[in-house]
Amino acid sequence: MAQSYTPGLKVLANTPSEKVRQLPLKGEVLVEVGDSVSADTVVASTHIPGNVQMLNVARQLNVEVEAVAGCMLVKVDEKIQKGQVIAESKGLFGYFKTQLKSPIDGSFANVSNITGQALFSEPPIAIEVDAFTAGTIKEIMPQEGVIVNSKGALIQGILGIGGESHGQIVLAVDSRDEVITKDKLNDSHTGKIVIAGSYLPLDVFTHAQTLGINGIVVGGFDYDALSSILGYNLGVAVTGSEELGISLMITEGFGEIAMAEGTFNLFKEFEGKFASINGSTQIRAGVIRPEVMIPHTEDIYSTELKESDMIISENSPVRVIRAPYFGKVGTVVSLPAPLVQMESETMARVAEIKFEGGDIVTIPRANLEMILH
Amino acid sequence: MSNKINGDNINVIMATDCGSTTTKSILIQKIDDEYRLTHRGEAPTTVEAPFEDVTRGVLNAIMELEELSGRTILKGEDIQSPASGDDGVDIYISTSSAGGGLQMMVGGVVKSMTGESAQRAALGAGAIVMDVLASNDGRLYHEKVKRIRQLRPDMILLSGGIDGGTVSHVVELAEVLEAANPKPRLGINYKLPVIYAGNNNAQDAIKERLGEITDLTVVDNIRPTLEEENLQPSRDKIHDLFMEHVMAQAPGYKKLMGWTDAPIMPTPGAVGEIIQKIAKQDNISVVGVDIGGATTDVFSVFENQFNRTVSANLGMSYSICNVLAEASIPNVARWVPYEMDEKGLTNRIANKMIRPTTIPQSLEALKIEQAIAREALRLSFEQHKEFAVNLKGVQQERTISDTFEQSSSGETLVNMMDLDLLVGSGGVLSHAPRREQATRMLIDSFLPEGITRLAVDSIFMMPQLGVLSTVHEKAAVEVFEKDCLIELGSCVAPVGKFKDGQVMLTYEINLPNEKVMGEILAGQIKLITLEYVGCSAVFIPGNGLDLGNGKNESIQTEIHGGVVGILLDGRGRQPFAIPTDMHTRVEKLSEWSLATNEYPQEAK
Repeated sequence: MAQSYTPGLKVLANTPSEKVRQLPLKGEVLVEVGDSVSADTVVASTHIPGNVQMLNVARQLNVEVEAVAGCMLVKVDEKIQKGQVIAESKGLFGYFKTQLKSPIDGSFANVSNITGQALFSEPPIAIEVDAFTAGTIKEIMPQEGVIVNSKGALIQGILGIGGESHGQIVLAVDSRDEVITKDKLNDSHTGKIVIAGSYLPLDVFTHAQTLGINGIVVGGFDYDALSSILGYNLGVAVTGSEELGISLMITEGFGEIAMAEGTFNLFKEFEGKFASINGSTQIRAGVIRPEVMIPHTEDIYSTELKESDMIISENSPVRVIRAPYFGKVGTVVSLPAPLVQMESETMARVAEIKFEGGDIVTIPRANLEMILH
Repeated sequence: MSNKINGDNINVIMATDCGSTTTKSILIQKIDDEYRLTHRGEAPTTVEAPFEDVTRGVLNAIMELEELSGRTILKGEDIQSPASGDDGVDIYISTSSAGGGLQMMVGGVVKSMTGESAQRAALGAGAIVMDVLASNDGRLYHEKVKRIRQLRPDMILLSGGIDGGTVSHVVELAEVLEAANPKPRLGINYKLPVIYAGNNNAQDAIKERLGEITDLTVVDNIRPTLEEENLQPSRDKIHDLFMEHVMAQAPGYKKLMGWTDAPIMPTPGAVGEIIQKIAKQDNISVVGVDIGGATTDVFSVFENQFNRTVSANLGMSYSICNVLAEASIPNVARWVPYEMDEKGLTNRIANKMIRPTTIPQSLEALKIEQAIAREALRLSFEQHKEFAVNLKGVQQERTISDTFEQSSSGETLVNMMDLDLLVGSGGVLSHAPRREQATRMLIDSFLPEGITRLAVDSIFMMPQLGVLSTVHEKAAVEVFEKDCLIELGSCVAPVGKFKDGQVMLTYEINLPNEKVMGEILAGQIKLITLEYVGCSAVFIPGNGLDLGNGKNESIQTEIHGGVVGILLDGRGRQPFAIPTDMHTRVEKLSEWSLATNEYPQEAK
């Protein structure tokens, strides 16, 4: 039987997952293997060097570079305060001395005998990494971070913005093809993760921001609305560092597109549960998709995806991910081996797909996405 | 592993290119004393989980070669070498851009001088230059420190000052690096490789500052005097460190390095090698372009000087929205022969960005992709022209006393009238359903002037041939010319101001079986079908126009056809303009499409 590899987003009711929680620089791991953690437990922390300031002491004091070291009134690594006199010229017969004051609170790092530059460092900045989702610590990476074992629902989106957040799942629409409106959101949604339907207008997104909603999940969104939120056109899909106060996860794509049935139903099933959302996306080699994780202990069928699950074959459920049938769901009827010429005259490996209405059409395999659940 | 190979005994060559998503393999065999491409295979690259070993993808791509060729190359997981009968290969070589390629920062004292030289060295070695630090780049110290910490490059090339000159400026840059204490992008357990290629008098001071905290290597100055640029020692060291550090961090590469008979090269570095070889062999000026999903590389050789630029975010899938942002919607829309809803267009293009591996099924989708490709190519070439400048041009300015204040660079080396050959590569060009489409995309975006030959890379194998050229030049050049390069034909385009309705060009071409002659009016294109043979021809430019011999001067020459033919382009150069009125624009685009057999005519 013919088969083909295809990408697919995970929409799983109950799956084990491992989250690597790593510091950007070496630091301290604060938990031990076997510890139970909640989403906001800090598992590792470190300090990154503070911002630096450089001052050309030679120029400021009007002395030769070689004389700078002798003019310094503070020692390397000594703590200093803003406005503190840190260097002084010898002056003329002890008079007409020029003084130099520290521009920052921090410490004196060093001074160059070639350039006359002195380097001052602001206090280190603390960086903390939390567990993101409830679970147990599986592994410690000494000085770097941990791996958290978790179990529950995992729902990936296609693109997100706004980094990590947590909150209770709440549905704000009745169906997956409903366009959410402003009046559907109110104070009761503050601090929660709201599930919308097929489309999120820009004004509803900004209203959600104003209400202090932590996360919002929707089928489709406009590219120009995304540009308005970010303040620039997203040229490459690498996101996560935006400071918006809310995380957004788009499940299907740009435009008005009904949320996939499996995705919407899963959110409905877990309404009221506490979840973690991460809008970070990286569509490059080593792709990272946005995700919602809903830890639970319910005794429902557990799925662990294998590489073979990415192979489509006859009867596989698939979704079309490019025009002219974008968003349509169907099943694979056959995977013909020869290349087939498309309307564009592109020669492509294709699949014959039977849509829910019964129509059978030919689609390039590259334009299909496996429905994984 | 040895890069000294006895060329006489080489009959079977295998090469792979480990791309970010696909590993491509080719098999070259000596047939009747000539090297020819015989088979090609591919498999997904396996640097990500669950495999995390690049050699898995390489083995899969080799196995596809075995299936297609009937040749037994592998014995278990070992490559059989040398070849014997239907078994094994004589050489195995590879390139790689997996893991995002080689990402570098470079530094120089004066941005337009040593900074630019350092950039040229890094780009020529196949790197992506993330930022250029310079004493005069306008940023404050702490801003530079912050930037270095943010970017986390794979490697830094630091240059600055001429030999024997003042040391303080370059030492100041080293102090910025020292303060930043940069960490490499891949792996937090090793020191960042830094190459110092600046003023030799400052070497000790640089070692003092960076010797402990980085993995510092000192090479010859990139700019020993104002008049001289010495890029090769830095480029060689970049390649060495790429192998030792960056590649060694990528999963499975240590094993792969043990398999190859020559050092693994960064993919763009290898493409640059082949472009240079072709220019040198035929003594011609060449522009090459490789348009990928994330980046577009442009290579040129003019006046025997090689330049490469990489437009890191001008590509056809991962960065397609950036093309739209940089080009603007009207510039993309000007190539589309119908009216478009702006919101619908941007959503459609953005959907390609988030699902980058999809392909255009409808003709409408193909036209939009090719419209964007024209703009990605145009913008990349604009960037290349700005960067590929003549060092001699700046020499006079830079020898006057206060060099630090000099900011202007030389004249661009890129002279389209002097261009002999324009070569396109990358999916949107190599895999365009009709070669006429690749021809039109190349002409519309690069706007060649006078008489220019056009070609495309048949299946994107320039990287493998590039690395092959370093160990077996004859094989690389033969395969490049016979199997890689598809001659599209020639473009004839007069340059200069013209009036509507004016005769742009009068032509007389002696085709193998007939003589064709006629006139091309302003705004017209005519395609004359001619395979890849040379024909004598006479071209007379219209009043006030130039075809390369000067204004109003005719040209008698031999012109080559190709799989498309000779395209006589009367749309003008300097200026070249597309009508802005919607109705006229659509009419003209349709007329040009029809004249060049670009698209099937029955559908939109």
